[in-house]
Amino acid sequence: MDLTQFRLKTETDRHNGRPRVGRVIFTLLVAVLLSLFLLFVTIPVASLFLRIAPEAFIRSLTEPVVLDALSLSLVTATISTVIVVIFGTPLALANARYDYPGRDIVDTLTDLPIVLPPAVAGIALLMAFGRRGVVGQYLDLFGIHIAFTTVAVILAQVFVASPFYIRQAKASFEAVDRLYEDAARTLGASPWTVAFRVTIPLAWGGLISGAILSFARALGEFGATIMFAGNLQGRTQTMPLAIYTTMQGDLDAAISLAIILVVISFAVIATVKVVTRRKF
Amino acid sequence: MKRSTPATLVAVSLLIIAGLLVAGCTDTQETPGDAVTLNVFTAASLTGAFTDIGKAFEAENENIKVVFVFSGSQDLRTQIEHGADADIFVSANMKHMNTLKDSGFMVDDTVAQFVENCLIMVTPADNPAGIEGLADLAEPGVKLVIGTKDVPFGDYTRQLLDNMAADPEYGEEYRDAVMANVISEETAVTSVMPKLTLGEADASFVYKSDISKDDRDKLKRFEIPSKYITENPIYPIGVLAESTHKAEAESFIAFVRGPAGSDILTDYGFDPIPVEN
Repeated sequence: MDLTQFRLKTETDRHNGRPRVGRVIFTLLVAVLLSLFLLFVTIPVASLFLRIAPEAFIRSLTEPVVLDALSLSLVTATISTVIVVIFGTPLALANARYDYPGRDIVDTLTDLPIVLPPAVAGIALLMAFGRRGVVGQYLDLFGIHIAFTTVAVILAQVFVASPFYIRQAKASFEAVDRLYEDAARTLGASPWTVAFRVTIPLAWGGLISGAILSFARALGEFGATIMFAGNLQGRTQTMPLAIYTTMQGDLDAAISLAIILVVISFAVIATVKVVTRRKF
Repeated sequence: MKRSTPATLVAVSLLIIAGLLVAGCTDTQETPGDAVTLNVFTAASLTGAFTDIGKAFEAENENIKVVFVFSGSQDLRTQIEHGADADIFVSANMKHMNTLKDSGFMVDDTVAQFVENCLIMVTPADNPAGIEGLADLAEPGVKLVIGTKDVPFGDYTRQLLDNMAADPEYGEEYRDAVMANVISEETAVTSVMPKLTLGEADASFVYKSDISKDDRDKLKRFEIPSKYITENPIYPIGVLAESTHKAEAESFIAFVRGPAGSDILTDYGFDPIPVEN
């Protein structure tokens, strides 16, 4: 943390002759508040690592419940991220580039899952795609069942994670200078070429970090999943659900899964930081 | 009117806190002649039944007030071990009662098994999968919801299926087929019921007493042949050694086990165990 920023600010802000004491108190206050907050965040996370012996951690990595949850989580979160990118990119591009009637409504709707509690998402998906749901009852006629299957896990993840990608993608597209697109167009490039050779490559860093954030949100999805997809090992029991379930019996497995999620989340943040800093 | 300053605010809040403290103390301390308060630590599954029993008991005993603490048996046991002020402990299984008994927390000769629960099979009232008995659960496409292996109703379900697997009439293929039909494992009965009443699941195994009066019309119940039941969940009740109202506590237990208490318990789906003589 670079505290000189704060010092510069206080110096330029006041020239009334008594900034020294004020500056010291300010710096101290910032330092104390900052360290207290850091402790508050790090102690619980560190406690996870302290509460389990390394042997117990390694042993529980071979437990079927842990392995099933890990692979199911990685597979479903990857698929849902791909779906979000496929459907979200055109939407983000359209909303960044074109002004059409109802654009604000589309924007609001795509942001909605961010503020909706996952429990609301869960019951909403169940009411829509459950066996007797608004859509589900017709799918049922064709023998298609969605609720309580792996497909439901993916739908829940897409629902809650899509805004993270779409928002980021839209912001990145808006940051692309239209001059480049116009130049390409005047040189005879088709809309496809403009999108794939100009706009998307220029927005690439933002798109990648948006996709990674969306993946992380999908990986952590709990509430909507347990309500809409149920809780069955190997089919719908993702890592957060496995943590919740094993908590009641095998605490070591629960802690091990939690540690894996901490490590993955950490890697995600680090990757996003690197990707957004690099210029493409 | 004067504007309220921080000092007056502080003074007012202090007064309120002091008032609450005094009120809190006088609530638990009885002055002679006042009603005796019984603190009954009760397993959460008995919430409905014991609330009704408490009202009926108070109506008959005007000088005794019954205060319930409803929670999981494990949690209640921990609270008692850490000095919670309880007169009666009602556990949903023998394990926690025996632990307290062995550590000298209970008046041993007051501890008795007073109700039995039992596992039943339930389907939604309109029974979408057309289930007529246990055998139908192995049919392909039946959607079954059960408890996880770590919660009691899930554990009893697995015991039942194991016992059926040991019977040549059903066999191990039966158990495997049934387990393959499970679409979700729940950590609480409360999350099983909506799946049945919404028609998302075709069948489940729960305790008979888990079905609330409101849900009775929405569900169809099937009894399980007793030969496949190893043991039924049994609930014990007893007076705490540190209770200062042992006589009143014993009269409450007598009421629970008497005709009025038994009727209420039966109404909630429990099977009262008659008092031994």
